[in-house]
Amino acid sequence: MIEESVMSRTLHRALAKGGDFAEVFAEDRRSSAATFDDGKVEELRSGRERGAGVRVVRGETTGYAHTADLSEAGLGEAAEAAAAAASTGGPGATIVPLTRRANTPPHDVKVLPEGVEKARKVEMLTRADDAARSEGDAVRQVTVSYADGRRRILVANSDGLLTEDDQVRTRFFVNAVAVGDTGMQTGMEAPGFTVGFEYFDEHSPEDIAKIAAARALSKLTARPAPSGKVPVVLKRGAGGVLFHEACGHGLEADLVGRDASVFRGRVGEQVASPLVTLVDDGGLAREWGASAIDDEGAPAQRNVLIEDGVLTDYMWDLVRARKEGRASSGNGRRETYQHLPMVRMTNTFLMPGEDDPDDIIRQTPYGLYCVALGGGQVNTATGDFVFGITEAYMIEDGQITDPVRAAQLIGNGPETLMAVDAVGRDFDTWAGTCGKDGQGVPVSSGQPTLRIREMTVGGTAA
Amino acid sequence: MSGQSADESKIALGDIARRVAGLAQSGEQVEAYVIRSRSTEVKVFDGEVESLSVAEVEGVGVRLLLDHRQGYAWAGSLDPDVVAETVAEARDNASFGTQDEAYGFPERADVDAVAAPDLDLWRESLLSVAPEDKVAIALQVEAATRAADPRVRGVESASYDDGAVEVAVASSLGVESSARRTVCSLASFAMAGEGEETQTGYGFSVGRAFDDLDVVIAARDAVERSTRLLGARQPASRRIPVIFDPLVTQSLLGLLGSALSGEAVLKGRSIFAGREGEEVAAANVTLVDDPTIPDAFGAATNDGEGVPTRRVELIVGGRLQGFLHNVYTARRSSTHTTGSAMRGFKSTPAVGARALHLLPGVKSPEAILATMPEALYVQSVSGLHSGTNPVSGDFSVGAEGLMVRNGAFAEPVREITIASTLPRMLLDITEVGADLTWLPGGAAGVTLLLSDMTMSGV
Repeated sequence: MIEESVMSRTLHRALAKGGDFAEVFAEDRRSSAATFDDGKVEELRSGRERGAGVRVVRGETTGYAHTADLSEAGLGEAAEAAAAAASTGGPGATIVPLTRRANTPPHDVKVLPEGVEKARKVEMLTRADDAARSEGDAVRQVTVSYADGRRRILVANSDGLLTEDDQVRTRFFVNAVAVGDTGMQTGMEAPGFTVGFEYFDEHSPEDIAKIAAARALSKLTARPAPSGKVPVVLKRGAGGVLFHEACGHGLEADLVGRDASVFRGRVGEQVASPLVTLVDDGGLAREWGASAIDDEGAPAQRNVLIEDGVLTDYMWDLVRARKEGRASSGNGRRETYQHLPMVRMTNTFLMPGEDDPDDIIRQTPYGLYCVALGGGQVNTATGDFVFGITEAYMIEDGQITDPVRAAQLIGNGPETLMAVDAVGRDFDTWAGTCGKDGQGVPVSSGQPTLRIREMTVGGTAA
Repeated sequence: MSGQSADESKIALGDIARRVAGLAQSGEQVEAYVIRSRSTEVKVFDGEVESLSVAEVEGVGVRLLLDHRQGYAWAGSLDPDVVAETVAEARDNASFGTQDEAYGFPERADVDAVAAPDLDLWRESLLSVAPEDKVAIALQVEAATRAADPRVRGVESASYDDGAVEVAVASSLGVESSARRTVCSLASFAMAGEGEETQTGYGFSVGRAFDDLDVVIAARDAVERSTRLLGARQPASRRIPVIFDPLVTQSLLGLLGSALSGEAVLKGRSIFAGREGEEVAAANVTLVDDPTIPDAFGAATNDGEGVPTRRVELIVGGRLQGFLHNVYTARRSSTHTTGSAMRGFKSTPAVGARALHLLPGVKSPEAILATMPEALYVQSVSGLHSGTNPVSGDFSVGAEGLMVRNGAFAEPVREITIASTLPRMLLDITEVGADLTWLPGGAAGVTLLLSDMTMSGV
């Protein structure tokens, strides 16, 4: 993308007027997407974006500027603009000569999507549409989307780091609308993985479509969700987002450093039930939040955040780690070259335990069984979080009974972590986009089937 | 910033768009949407500048029609070679689309149907504000938030943002439009409380010119909203009348706006589909989208297809009048575009509201409060998108706020959800306040009283 000597000279320009640290982050992205909606292929969309951002850090202040012009002149202008924001007027830090570091990708992409004929991508859409509609006449609308993206990044910094990564992601979405006597209901399924077009070797459009359609159909007979506190069993894979919201964000070092986390100062303390071990692992092959390196060039790694209920560590990016005199944990991420990196999760998992998932349900006299959740939101300073239930059933006398309508679950992070009282030995993951300060990045979350003693459900039933 | 882009920056965006549209080959129609924006973001923490980012973004989106098929491609660059490549990619993509007679760009008649409003949304002065002044105002709002009340323990974040955006649209049918606007904002996020307890509150100020920003208001709102929640507890579950803060009403209008989009209706994904002429809301509810109001944050002269914007009445006296449309959804629905195409350069035009608002009533928020023996005042909601379904109408969101007793604010409450359905909520609106306020986003805030919702707590 950019020659090594140009990167080096850009770093020198960035620190010419002072500063402790400088970095050049270059990115080249291509994407393609297609949507089938309302019985037809709407259109194929292709996108291309290329540029670089230069960051200069002095003390507590970071200056940042970016450019779509990757020539030496363009990079130099960005370097000077970033430097101006962080200028001390004195000489800057010494720049260590760049040494190229190779990375091991978590997954070898077998089929680059950009090399796949567009007609094959379109075929996947129509197959899914047919499959969803064949689930029943009540399925009235089906939207199917296919999306792939390739993102090549190059990072060089004044510590001498020079490294790159090539990230390929593929995702397929099916959204079905079913109509019955009680109105319209929707069902969605959208698995995403950091893989190429070989995605479809393991996930057929038909299977994804059937899950979405079944979800919409089941809700046609749904009764209102309960209102108030009830025990909640989360099916494997369905509830990872709860832990992402309930505690993941509160373990991000930038929020901790700002005193905006309920987990500040609690390393070494019991913050969760002893059944809870929480891990963030950016290097996990195929997962939606996986990569070889983060967006500051640090290798993706496995970080244990909570072990047997005890808080072991936070997640770190380069800037916060430097302040503490420690290494980054590989959690410095950014949406594009137009954004400053910050501490972000990658693939965040609550690890499997020993219980039989079926026993967990059998041993729950009354409660809510959540099979699919929508997005969520947390206030890290208070720990209060919410997330939407998109598919759930009542548990009565240890049996799964009627489906319930969409509702919100609400809780407090630290309280919910303490209330986990059964953890299954199964496991599954879920792909999503995590938003923080206006930046969205791909993440996955995962968990075994587990039970939370009590949560507040915001239904309308008495 | 240099090279090709530097040369291009001297060329008006409208000329670039026209040139792209001119690349249409025989039998094709080509539309270009071109954007250039410059922005600054200052974040401060603990009396120091945390970051100062300057950004300049350019991009082009190309829509190409051939034989009633549509293709799309975009690029984050206005480099002529990249633009030519983008047109070629859109052309290739078009060959895979399904034929649809309704595809098309605005024609002269669509554009000439109403005159574009005369709006001046650009303040040249914003472009010459020195970075030091932007830093200073961000530091001021942080300091003012801290100083306003001893119970404020910290400021999670304080920031200044500005942007100057220029957009041009041109098509091979000869329709052209260009527009530009500036915007700047100041925000503070206060944390109040001692020991174990923390409550947070958000305050902001927004304007088109630097002088529009008000440090005092941003700090005061953040402090009031955080401190008044101190001591909040989880109340018992029950059904209760609910008063929405203007910010909450704005979010609710955002949801209604998507359900009133002609696209949602066409695809059978709206609770309003097939209900034109019916009573869908209480008689005191009149809902209008009017981007021609200069004070509206989303004010615009033209929509994302270059069609002039206009006042569109959606619900009048509780009765559903119609929907928002772009050119495509209008043709499919045998009507005319309402100038409601919304887009960025990375996507084809969708349909949306820019300045959605309820016609205000006569009572002040205080007067509404005074009539209530018991109610829940909702200061903020969370999980609006995961907890509401604009298709089924189910509505369940997290909330925090204050109980109202005997006409006045009483104890604060947190960790609750409020639930109902969107159709019921519209019928349950018993008061619309007189306090219409334009807020950042595509809708205005106003105090709202709903007669009945389910509150879930303990």
